[in-house]
Amino acid sequence: MTVAREASSLQLRGLSKRFGAHVAVHDVDLNVAAGEMIVLLGPSGCGKTTTLRMIAGFLAASSGDILLDGVSILGLPPHRRDIGVVFQSYALFPHLTVAQNVRFGLEMRRMRRDAADARVAEMLRMVKLDGFAERLPRNLSGGQQQRVAIARALAIHPRLLLLDEPMSNLDAALRQDMAREIRILQREGGITAIVVTHDQSEAMAMADRLVVMRDGVMEQVGRQEDLYERPATPFVASFIGQSNLLRGRLADAFVTDGGAQIRLAARYRASGNACLAIRPESIRIAEPGSANARAGATVRLCTYLGAVLEHVVRLDGGEELIVRGAGLGPDAARRHDSGAKVALTWSADAERVFDDSDRPAEVAAAEPVMTGEADRSWAR
Amino acid sequence: MSQAIGAPALVHARPERSAVLGRVAVWTLIATGLVIIFVPLVLTVYLSVFNEQLITFPPRGYTLSWYPAIAPNFGSAIVISLELAVGAVAGSLLLGLPAGIALSRYRFPAKGIVSTLLLAPLTVPGIALGLAIYLFLVLIEIATGWPLTGSLIGLILSHLVITMPWVVRLSVAGLANHDRAAEEAAASLGAGPLRVIWRVTLPAMRPAIIAAALFAFITSFGNLELALFLVAPGVTTLPVAILEYLEYHIDPLVAAVAVAQMVLIGGLLLILDRFVRLGQVVR
Repeated sequence: MTVAREASSLQLRGLSKRFGAHVAVHDVDLNVAAGEMIVLLGPSGCGKTTTLRMIAGFLAASSGDILLDGVSILGLPPHRRDIGVVFQSYALFPHLTVAQNVRFGLEMRRMRRDAADARVAEMLRMVKLDGFAERLPRNLSGGQQQRVAIARALAIHPRLLLLDEPMSNLDAALRQDMAREIRILQREGGITAIVVTHDQSEAMAMADRLVVMRDGVMEQVGRQEDLYERPATPFVASFIGQSNLLRGRLADAFVTDGGAQIRLAARYRASGNACLAIRPESIRIAEPGSANARAGATVRLCTYLGAVLEHVVRLDGGEELIVRGAGLGPDAARRHDSGAKVALTWSADAERVFDDSDRPAEVAAAEPVMTGEADRSWAR
Repeated sequence: MSQAIGAPALVHARPERSAVLGRVAVWTLIATGLVIIFVPLVLTVYLSVFNEQLITFPPRGYTLSWYPAIAPNFGSAIVISLELAVGAVAGSLLLGLPAGIALSRYRFPAKGIVSTLLLAPLTVPGIALGLAIYLFLVLIEIATGWPLTGSLIGLILSHLVITMPWVVRLSVAGLANHDRAAEEAAASLGAGPLRVIWRVTLPAMRPAIIAAALFAFITSFGNLELALFLVAPGVTTLPVAILEYLEYHIDPLVAAVAVAQMVLIGGLLLILDRFVRLGQVVR
């Protein structure tokens, strides 16, 4: 496929954006390799779209630098940057046909007519819209408009492709398909791409690496498994996948702010204020008083969700946790009625403890880790 | 409380009765509105065929002979008014569209003041505006020697003051719902700022531009107050010519001219409606 001329690499160096006193993006450093797909992930207002708009040239950076293939593009206006952008609203030109939309960038580059015709046809074939060339955007479905937007952005052989919340206007059923298609186009074309999204499953599905942002700051950069298994902050732990977060004080044991005692699975070189993060699927429900009990709890709700059995439990300190087990199969978790007294267990590798400054606490010594067998015996 | 308990049937009946009353009120309002709008129009058409030298009621007979009399009496005024309106439309689009785009797209110092100034002429009584413009043009004439008063150019310049607000207003409104991302998309595809405006912004404003041209045309064509000060023998607009005629005659010819004007503007609207749905334009 002749999508990219030569994929470019991108470097962000100390990139910041201030609006008056408000710092929207603070000191972002990022290296994107040629052909890599990076997803900027975070809640709204975290600065991800602002970062994208600075790269595209729609916003001027307050400080820092943006380099494409090692050359600063800060001085270039958007129309000289050769960066393709797919907008959240698609931003198709409503008065132009699909083919004219795709051709727009080629006309701006004064491409010869026959070459442009061929390029437009190639792009429409690539996004499977061969028969739609003469339609107007308003006569297309959301998914088709999305494809036109992608074809239009890629037609110009961009050095970099930016996608701003590309799935947010699509039906849930279509998102997965579209995410996969974009990923395939990007991989086969060897395109360097940056995607902005607030949807973590979309992010996980599309990224080579993810950047989790919050309040204008990068919280963590890494591959899916890095972020999921070794979250750098409680925020990442709760934003990627799901985590129960418990704030409290760490001494010999961990005492939650509500006063619940928790026997941690490992010992940590930290004390004082701390945060415990544990994923719902890592917690097992056991009989009260069992040897491996980490905390006592009362079942509040039990919901069967098909593949998953979900319990809401309340610690003695009043904090509520979500526990998920298999809903069916040989490992299916046992159901516990509301009001039942239970014990919660988990293994040391499932436990994340963060110190006062939200950095991961270092493990001093792990207690004997429970085996899978022992686990299952509790569940039955 | 006790009343509500005692009279459940009344409670049920009340919404129905008020609904009927409401419907009657709405239809009465609609009918009144239609009467207010159409009776003068119908009456004008009716008057224009009276076979009378003075308008008296009931007429002794009917004739179409007033219509052929329009051209010799008002022909040149109609031509001047058309030239003036076309000039005012062209000028106000040329100046008002960029102003509208700038006001809705860019931030600049004193934006609020500029916006107010561009819309302000609509709030000044026409006659005061006319006098002020007349004095201003006289001053310019004295200073430069250009014959502005009593010239078509002078008329066009003065009408820009009252047609521009419509153009600015409507182009700002026309861009209010336009997705700015389309302009950014064009820029990312390699279009410089001017080409973005030409290829994306202006096409998106098409309905607003047509509406603006229409309003500007009607405003200019029907304007009396400004023209009153600026006309001269040979350069007289239709409304001024009608007024002058009325000073000496009250005959059905004036009604015939009014009908001609209605037909002209109505025809214009019909033609425009073929190109854009006016219902969508003047929302």
